[in-house]
Amino acid sequence: MRDWRFTLAEQRATWLALGVFLAMFVLYVANHPAGFTPNVVQTAANKGVLLALVAMAQTFVVVTAGIDLSVGMVFILANCLASHLVVGSAATGMAGMLVVLGAGTLCGVLNGAIVIFGRLQPIVTTIATGAVFFGIALWLRPFPGSAPEFSAELADALTGKVLGVVPASLVVLAAVVLLVWVPFRRSVLGRAAYAAGSSEMAAYMSGMPIRRAKLLAYALSGLLAAMGGVFLTFFTYSGEASLANGNTYTLYSIAAVVLGGVSLFGGRGSAVGAIFGALAFRAIGDLMFVFDVDPLWQPLFQGLVLVLAVSVGAARLFQVRNKLELFG
Amino acid sequence: MTDSAIKSPERAGWRQRIDLPVVTAFGCIVLLLLLGSLYSPNFVSPTYLIQQLKVGAFLGVIATGMMLVILLGQIDLSLPWTVTAGAMMASALTAYGPLGEALAIPFGVLCGIAIGLVNGIGVAYLRIPSMIVTLAVNAVVQGLMVAYTGGFAPVDSASAAMRFLGAGSSFGLPHAVIAWAVVGIGAIFLLGRTTFGRAVYAIGNKEAAAYLSGIPTRLVVLAAFALCSGIAAFGGVLLAGYGGKAAQSMGDAYLLPAIAAVVLGGTSILGGRGSYLGTVAGVILITLLQSILSVMQIAEFGRQIIYGAIIIGMMLLYGRGSAARG
Repeated sequence: MRDWRFTLAEQRATWLALGVFLAMFVLYVANHPAGFTPNVVQTAANKGVLLALVAMAQTFVVVTAGIDLSVGMVFILANCLASHLVVGSAATGMAGMLVVLGAGTLCGVLNGAIVIFGRLQPIVTTIATGAVFFGIALWLRPFPGSAPEFSAELADALTGKVLGVVPASLVVLAAVVLLVWVPFRRSVLGRAAYAAGSSEMAAYMSGMPIRRAKLLAYALSGLLAAMGGVFLTFFTYSGEASLANGNTYTLYSIAAVVLGGVSLFGGRGSAVGAIFGALAFRAIGDLMFVFDVDPLWQPLFQGLVLVLAVSVGAARLFQVRNKLELFG
Repeated sequence: MTDSAIKSPERAGWRQRIDLPVVTAFGCIVLLLLLGSLYSPNFVSPTYLIQQLKVGAFLGVIATGMMLVILLGQIDLSLPWTVTAGAMMASALTAYGPLGEALAIPFGVLCGIAIGLVNGIGVAYLRIPSMIVTLAVNAVVQGLMVAYTGGFAPVDSASAAMRFLGAGSSFGLPHAVIAWAVVGIGAIFLLGRTTFGRAVYAIGNKEAAAYLSGIPTRLVVLAAFALCSGIAAFGGVLLAGYGGKAAQSMGDAYLLPAIAAVVLGGTSILGGRGSYLGTVAGVILITLLQSILSVMQIAEFGRQIIYGAIIIGMMLLYGRGSAARG
């Protein structure tokens, strides 16, 4: 197979996710009363970026054939922590933000250490650590609120528009892709994470540093989930330890990852696909808004889309070669 | 498989019959009671213990279903809204005259079974990882319930029969505890004395091997999921009876404790290993712990952290997978 055809085949799912997103978004903008204006794009971008960051976080773990059910809780924890720490001028706010990101990374490292060195299943581990993270968030913010001297300056700078047109949050998202995802994907550890996801035994036998690779993947997952939480704080100017919100983001991150063509069985897919998956999933929600679907029915529709996406993306029934493999 | 499974249980020595996690769990219960009695003598009074059993009965019923699924090596994350749906649908039917009232409890359980069938088809036939299907189904059931309660404003107060089961008591023994005992004895019988139970353990150990030995594994998995959700919905019916009405998100508080109770009782999260007695011990342990935490006035955040820590700690003790160097 020629080189470009191989690349295209490898990235087919990402392109598909991009296509779905563009179709949804065009439909959305065409039916929006305000039309295609920077403000409409900014609002859509700000909502989409939150989920995109959490979906990227999920991607890191999913490519290693794990799953992180605590991403939503790290997201909420970072939100609550940021509402305390992002204070004062832009500079001190930035310092607070770095502390929050560090805390998020630490949550990821904790997950990774338990899964890798404790040899526990990622699902139950992250459910349990998620409860711990949520407990800490609740401790930090028993009631929704924020620090009195919250750094609105920094928040506005990162959620506004660059040059009056491009949403700043999209710029940040692109920077994250370039500074975190691309180096990871191209590094030895990133490659090892993919290898561990497609066959841990084979990767181990080939002498790949799978433990370090998986630990890095979990750590980066924590980092990006925390970044999402920081952004939530920037939008709302406050922190809220909401269990429902955390669960929703965890669930939607899985949906976004599946829509973005990342295999839940590990070893295949990219965070860029997950971003488009997230944007597409958000666009579905927005479409219901412009088409005036009764808000009461919206959770049901969103749930049904989720079930459909997940069933098609994750059913092993369509991937096995013989019947015995089905029961493996 | 261990030696004890190969020999018949009657001939196995007492050393093999003793289940370390179960003994540990019961030991912890005794320890908690002793510590509690130092704190306040009321802690070991019969009224307090019966009260704890009653509170624990709801968790006990719900954890029974969860245990079935965990024994298969799967998990049911749709439990919160299955519990809620069971409670809501049962309450809603009471609006339809005496017949509706009579059928309320079976209808609630039936709704649970329907949810479980969807889960089971996804897991057993479509082969979607169980946590993903059940997480998605949870969202759908939530959507359905939100649309239903918001759009139709159904009756949400429990029927007389539900109150009788959930809140009533005779001869000092709460009916909820009796209901748990019935469900529990059913589970012990099912797991220990039927081919279905054997199949559940076999699938939990290795599904491919179970399939090759002629067990209809997909049907068993489907049935286990249906049963799990049916029991969870029954738990919801009891809860609605206890509280007098069904409310949204009433099931949210039961997912983590249910998993914690099952895991605490020594059931392996990887499936194939565990006894119902252990789950009983786990449920009592969690209930006592909850009660002590509320007596010590530790808020919700402390409980969440403690659940998480307990689940991880117990899994590190009993549920570790094998290293990837086989």
